[in-house]
Amino acid sequence: MANFIDRRLNSKNKSTVNRQRFIRRYKSQIKKSVSDAINKRGVTDIESGENITIPKKDLSEPIFHQGSGGVREKVHPGNDQFAPGDRISRPPQGGGQGSGQGDASDSGEGEDDFVFSISKDEYLDLLFEDLALPNLEKSQLDKLVEYKTVRSGFCAEGVPANIDIVKSLQGSIARRIAMTSSKRRELKEAEKALTALESDKLDHLSEIKALKATIKDLKARINKVPFIDTFDLRYRNYAREAVPTSKAVMFCLMDVSGSMDQATKDIAKRFYILLYLFLTRTYKEIDVVYIRHHTQAKEVDEQEFFYSQETGGTIASSALELMVKVIDERYSSSDWNIYGAQASDGDNWADDSPLCKKLLLEKILPKARYFSYIEITQRAHQTLWHQYQEVAKQCGYFAMRHIKGVDDIYPVFRELFKKEEKSAA
Amino acid sequence: MAKRKPLDDSPDWTFDKLEQYQAEIARVAEHYRLDTYPNQIEVITAEQMMDAYASVGMPIGYNHWTYGKKFIQTEQTYKRGQMGLAYEIVINSEPCISYLMEENTMTMQALVMAHACYGHNSFFKGNYLFKSWTDAGSIIDYLLFAKNYIAECEHKYGIDDVEATLDACHALMNHGVDRYKRPQKISLDEELKRQKEREEYLQSQVNSLWRTLPTQEVSAEKIRQRFPSEPQENLLYFIEKNAPLLKPWQREVVRIVRKVSQYFYPQKQTQVMNEGWACFWHYTILNHLYDEGLVTDKFMLEFLHSHTNVVAQPDYNSPYYSGINPYALGFNMFIDIRRICEQPTDEDKKWFPEIAGSNWLDTLHFAMENFKDESFISQFLSPKMIRDFKLFHIHDDVKNNFVEVSAIHNDNGYQQIRNVLSNQYNLSNLEANIQITEADINGDRSLTLKHIPYSDIPLADSKSEVLKHLHYLWQFDVNLYEEDKHGKDVLLASCPSKEKDIASAK
Repeated sequence: MANFIDRRLNSKNKSTVNRQRFIRRYKSQIKKSVSDAINKRGVTDIESGENITIPKKDLSEPIFHQGSGGVREKVHPGNDQFAPGDRISRPPQGGGQGSGQGDASDSGEGEDDFVFSISKDEYLDLLFEDLALPNLEKSQLDKLVEYKTVRSGFCAEGVPANIDIVKSLQGSIARRIAMTSSKRRELKEAEKALTALESDKLDHLSEIKALKATIKDLKARINKVPFIDTFDLRYRNYAREAVPTSKAVMFCLMDVSGSMDQATKDIAKRFYILLYLFLTRTYKEIDVVYIRHHTQAKEVDEQEFFYSQETGGTIASSALELMVKVIDERYSSSDWNIYGAQASDGDNWADDSPLCKKLLLEKILPKARYFSYIEITQRAHQTLWHQYQEVAKQCGYFAMRHIKGVDDIYPVFRELFKKEEKSAA
Repeated sequence: MAKRKPLDDSPDWTFDKLEQYQAEIARVAEHYRLDTYPNQIEVITAEQMMDAYASVGMPIGYNHWTYGKKFIQTEQTYKRGQMGLAYEIVINSEPCISYLMEENTMTMQALVMAHACYGHNSFFKGNYLFKSWTDAGSIIDYLLFAKNYIAECEHKYGIDDVEATLDACHALMNHGVDRYKRPQKISLDEELKRQKEREEYLQSQVNSLWRTLPTQEVSAEKIRQRFPSEPQENLLYFIEKNAPLLKPWQREVVRIVRKVSQYFYPQKQTQVMNEGWACFWHYTILNHLYDEGLVTDKFMLEFLHSHTNVVAQPDYNSPYYSGINPYALGFNMFIDIRRICEQPTDEDKKWFPEIAGSNWLDTLHFAMENFKDESFISQFLSPKMIRDFKLFHIHDDVKNNFVEVSAIHNDNGYQQIRNVLSNQYNLSNLEANIQITEADINGDRSLTLKHIPYSDIPLADSKSEVLKHLHYLWQFDVNLYEEDKHGKDVLLASCPSKEKDIASAK
């Protein structure tokens, strides 16, 4: 009467579609939660997903049901002290019932909130939705070409390692059929004649003998057709196909002079992380080059880039010069997509700023895909900003933004990479 | 009884052992005349159990965000350790599908099989509510049809429209049941065949209902025919048949939600009985196997540990108290009925003259087949049960600043406690009583609903939100009235909202 089925091997994610529907429906709330979270998030924490918090009232599904009030009759178990007619006064208004009303939510996981996790991919999808890398199509074909070897049919010449056995044997069969067909026809006719003669009442000894000789000769000739010939051999052919490179290098340039405090660096770091995450969605392989500068520039590792303290004046062009040098040495612009991101508090030696502009326009921007400059300051802009403004006018893929605090990072980032429908035209 | 070699009682289960235990349980169940649908027992993992939770017990569900929400909720609470998963889920279908959790020990699997595959299963097959409301043979096919139909609609008309329609239907789901009429049975083949015809027919009916007849202007003075002629409690049915602007596919969606609601309606009304019956039988069957020597002491200790947890009833002042545990109430009532049959006291003979001393198995089957929670309690709750549970009745009138103990477990209180407890399981007292009283087919096409309060309990604030959903389906004005103490109708809410009218009515 019973039938056992082991369902454990069946797919377990029956609810995936429904989960996606849920995320689809609450996208706006979830997105808000994501953008709130990005600023709180630990900077090194790029591999994990995110906890999403949605107020419970937004999720409620209303039905007609009885409210509170009215007359209620209830039976309870475990009477230990009551007699009929006992009256129990209600707890004072506002107190007593607290536990049922939901606790205050300070950790973001109170009873009034619906909290759940999304995976890293879902998180990134939401984070970068509607964003696109600018300037991607323009130079897609004229530079940054990498070659990939692809199969392209068969050819008659090649090295033995590339022999395609199936194709070659097909050729062999075809050749054998073609070369033997006339002989086999003759053979057939001879055999037919032979059977006719043999069944004949009269003797045809000499004729039979002649026919048998012919048949033998024909068979020998058919057998002489080689099983395989060099003519049959087919080799797999390969061609080189141009594909856009999937390698990118991201230059992080930062001013580490005395005026840049740790908080400012943290803001810059968050911006770099966002950019890095965003690039991972387009490129398989990303190199990051950290260049920090005060009066001199130096290529450093991540730890030193973000956390070591330096003092001194600021010459921004030194970093740009180093970037040009690194590009020339290691990242030829035909192989690499080059992205630059510079962060500074705006301080620069006044005479140096025009040189920065010149370097950017002549040496860097022609090779780069995109260059962004963020200025993190509460003060008025200085010469560097004004010089860069002129660069921005001349070059479409140079962007500059002013960031005042942590809260600005994500909106500014979105603004920089907003998908532009028109620019494609 | 001849002692037999006990079954293997090592904690890990295997499919061979499951078969052996199942066979023994089936033999004992037959001995007790448990009539069941064929069993289909499926072993699943915890993740799959969460999927089953999310689809609220439907083995195949159409796609909707609310199930995603339930899944996420279940997953979160389970992962944080705030909730354990059930040992089993059982589906009222033929064959009867039971899900067993992979993590259960052998003892638990045996308990679960006795509980679900023989207890619940025989209840589904025998109880009158299930017999008249659900068709176990066709439910899986129907759900499959529903899933495909809704997927097809999403494809044709877009996810957003289908989702909005389903949202609206879900809001009215509890009011998609015929409480008084008996439903007709229908097979899937007919359902499919009829569905196409119905689509066209329904639309034509609706069109003729709403056709404007210029000739009527002359006789406008004529007594207005009230439509519908009687108040309608099945809101979804009324919408499906009469909403003027619904598209044919939307009518079918309304119908699907209505059918699903109807399928679950008996389960809502028989929770105490259903669980009680299943607990009684896992307890009785496994004890029977123990008496035969087929299961060991070790097995029984683990079983009793789980069993006791399931049927525990915390007292009203315990921190674990959250109302009466249906497992505890149901299990003890069935045990008590058996006691009344086998060892009646004088009190039992006075209270239950018709069953005291009768054949317990006959009586139990009779009770299972012919009652629902409400009538079951009012028929079989004995004074001994009331004393054992120390039940007491609290009268809570919001107008007083106290609540009153109006009856306890003594001679004067038995009858009253029994009545009140029985009412506590009466769905029509628990769910808001809302009926459609009028659809103005000759005028502005507005829809009028009336809420009839039970014991002065008002309708919760969500009403205006629900009306928005109703308005989505009806697409003309929707007004909800409530009858006050003087029999006068007061406007509670309307959609589109008429704030002024409501304010002035107050």
